[in-house]
Amino acid sequence: MNHSPSADSSMPLAARKIYVSLDTTARSKGSDNIATQVDKILSSQPDLAATLVRNGSRGMFWLEPLLEINTAKGRVAYGPVTPKDVSDIINQQCFDDVVEHPLCLGFTEELPWFKSQQRLTFARVGIIDPIDVDDYISHGGFVGLTNALAKTPQQLVDEVKDSGLRGRGGAAFPTGIKWQTVLDEPEQQKYIVCNADEGDSGTFADRMLMEGDPLVLVEGMIIAGLSVGANQGYIYLRSEYPQAQHILNQAIKNAKAAGYLGENICGSEHSFHLEVRLGAGAYICGEETSLLESLEGKRGLVRAKPPLPAIEGLFGQPTVVNNVISLASVPYILSHGGASYRDFGMGRSRGTLPIQLAGNIAQGGLVELAFGITLNELLQQYGNGCKSKRAMRSVQVGGPLGAYLPAEQWHTALDYEEFASIGAVLGHGGIVAFDDTVDMAAQARFAMEFCEVESCGKCTPCRIGSVRGVEVIDKIISTDNDEQQRQDSVNLLHDLCDTMEFGSLCAMGGMTPFPVRSALKYFPDDFLPQPSTEKAQ
Amino acid sequence: MAATNEQGLLQIATIIEQHQSLPGAMLPILHAIQDDLSFIPSNALPLIAKALNVSKAEVHGVISFYHHFRSEKPGTHVIEVCRGESCQAMGSRALEQNIKQRLAIDYHQTSKDRQYTLEPVYCLGNCACSPAMRIGDDIHGELDQQKFEQILESLNTYSLELK
Repeated sequence: MNHSPSADSSMPLAARKIYVSLDTTARSKGSDNIATQVDKILSSQPDLAATLVRNGSRGMFWLEPLLEINTAKGRVAYGPVTPKDVSDIINQQCFDDVVEHPLCLGFTEELPWFKSQQRLTFARVGIIDPIDVDDYISHGGFVGLTNALAKTPQQLVDEVKDSGLRGRGGAAFPTGIKWQTVLDEPEQQKYIVCNADEGDSGTFADRMLMEGDPLVLVEGMIIAGLSVGANQGYIYLRSEYPQAQHILNQAIKNAKAAGYLGENICGSEHSFHLEVRLGAGAYICGEETSLLESLEGKRGLVRAKPPLPAIEGLFGQPTVVNNVISLASVPYILSHGGASYRDFGMGRSRGTLPIQLAGNIAQGGLVELAFGITLNELLQQYGNGCKSKRAMRSVQVGGPLGAYLPAEQWHTALDYEEFASIGAVLGHGGIVAFDDTVDMAAQARFAMEFCEVESCGKCTPCRIGSVRGVEVIDKIISTDNDEQQRQDSVNLLHDLCDTMEFGSLCAMGGMTPFPVRSALKYFPDDFLPQPSTEKAQ
Repeated sequence: MAATNEQGLLQIATIIEQHQSLPGAMLPILHAIQDDLSFIPSNALPLIAKALNVSKAEVHGVISFYHHFRSEKPGTHVIEVCRGESCQAMGSRALEQNIKQRLAIDYHQTSKDRQYTLEPVYCLGNCACSPAMRIGDDIHGELDQQKFEQILESLNTYSLELK
C-alpha cells in the first residue's frame, strides 16, 4: 500500500520528516544503513514528500536503530529497525496517527522510559537536527544567551550560583564559585575551556550531547565567556570521539555564520571565538590541570594546586575549566532562571543529572533525572536488570575510579553527599552493571592495571604503587601462598591503598583505591585462592 | 622509530607551516601529521622542534606520552579493542583473547601481512552496547566472535575492491 499525500492529510507537506539518528551508538547498531534505505525510498517515491533528518539519539539504545516519523499528533517510533523493514514502515505510516505495525512502539514521548525523565539539559537531544541553527532556535535555543546579553557579568555569575549547579565532571565543585574567581581576576586574556575528555568507562552523556545538541554547549560556553570576561574558548575533545568532533566542527561553523560566534556576537560589543582541540588517548587529560598542559602542547603531567586554574590556568591566564554537561546546563539556567533549576534535586545536589546505564544492562542508555532517585530504581525500572538475564551482582558508579557497590547499597539515592557517606562517588553519573559471573578480584586487579597504564607518572605512589598493586593482588589470589602469606599481602594492599590515596596529587592515584578497597570489602570471597577457573571469565 | 621520504617531509613542512602559529600548536601538528602519514616519522621531530622553538627531546616526550601517537607505520587497518569496565561486564576479556588469537598478534603489534595493527583503547563511549571496538572512524558495538569475523571479512572485501 502506497501512501500518497491527499487532501485529508492534516500534516502540511513541508513538515513531513523521518528521523534516523547519527549518534555513535546508533551508528554502531546500523543506523547509517537505515538512513541510506530511507534516502533510497524517498528519492524513488517523491510523492511521499518527506525529508530525512539525522538527529541525535533519544538515548534508548536497546531500541536503536530507531526510526521516527512525525505525525500530526507527535513522533511515532519504530525499533529496532533493519533495512528491510524500512519500506514497509514508511509506506504504512500515514503521517496522521499511530498505525499497526509489529515494530511500532507508539508515540516516542509517551514511552514510559522516556516520558518519566526530567530532561532539562538533554531537552533537544534526539529531537532536533544537531547542526541546524534555525532548528535549535525554534526549540528554545539561544534564549539563555539573549537574556545573558542584557545582564552584567556579576548578575550572570549570581544566576549560576543561585542555580546550585555543581561540576558534572565528577568533582562537583560549585560552578558559580569557580566563575566568580575568574571574574574577580583583573581584566586580561581569560579562557573558557570545556573538558570533553570523557574517559570514564560507562559514561557517554558528553558524547551524546555533543552529537545530539552541540549548539547548547556552544551557547553555554558563550555565556561563560560573557560572565567572566573571556573571549576565547577551547573544547578539549578526546580523540576516541570522531563523530562528536565532526558534528561539533560543523555546529561551530554554522553558529559562526549565523553571528553567534566571532566578533560582535548578536550585534553586541562582545566577541567569542571557539575551537575544538583533540586529545590523544590519555585518560589523565580529563584531570583539569593535565588537560591544560596538553592544550599548551605538552605531556599531560598533572600540576600542583595552587595556583588554581581559575587564577593561573591556560597559558598562565585565568581559566574556567568546566565539563560538557556543566556548560550545557547553563543555557537552561539563563532561560528559565537559576531558581527553576535549583527546584530539582535533593540536599546540596541541585538540578538534574544525566545518568548513563551501561555494562551488563538490558535497557542501556541515558536517563536524565533530578538528583534523589535510588540506584535500585535505575537498575530495575529503567535498566530492567542484566542483559544476560542473570542475577546482578555488582555495579560500579562513577567510572574506573569509582567504588564497586554490592546489592545492599543499591538503596542509596543519587546525591553527591549520600554517595560520599558510603565511600563511593557519583562522578560523571555512569553506572556499569555486572552479573554474577563477575570476578571481583579481577576487577580490583584491573583498577590497578588501568592506573599503571594511565598514570602520568608525576607522583610516585601512583606510578609505582599501581604496578605493586597488580603484583600484590596476584599474590593474594595465588594458590602458591599459605594463609599467613595471603593475609600479609591483604594488609600490604590496604597499606598501599592508603599511600596512593594520601600521596598522590590528583584523583588518578588518589581514587584508584576506591574500586580496589570496595571489591575487597564487599566481595572478599572472590579474593580467595581459586584453583578452578570456574569463576574466571 | 621509522623515517619518511622526501615526499613525506614536504607534507610535514606544509602541515607545520599551516599550524605553527596556533597557541599550543604541538598536538594539532602531531595529529595532522599522523592523519596524513598514519604515523609520526622520526625525521619530522627536528622540523617540529625548530618550528615550535623547543628541543627534539620535548617533541619526543609528547609523542611518547600519548597512546594515540605512533612512531611506526601501522597495518592497513588499526583495530582498537575497548578494555573498559563496561565492555568487561559484557565479556570483552574473552573476546580480546580470541581476537589476539585470530589475528595472531598481541596489543601494539602488526600482523605479518601488514593488514592489521591491534591496539587497546579505554572506552569509546559506546557503553550501552558493549563490548565495542573501533576501526578507522567506525565504532562497532555488541561484539562477539561471530560479529568480529563478519567485520573482518567486510574489511578484506573492501581492501580487495580498492586494488
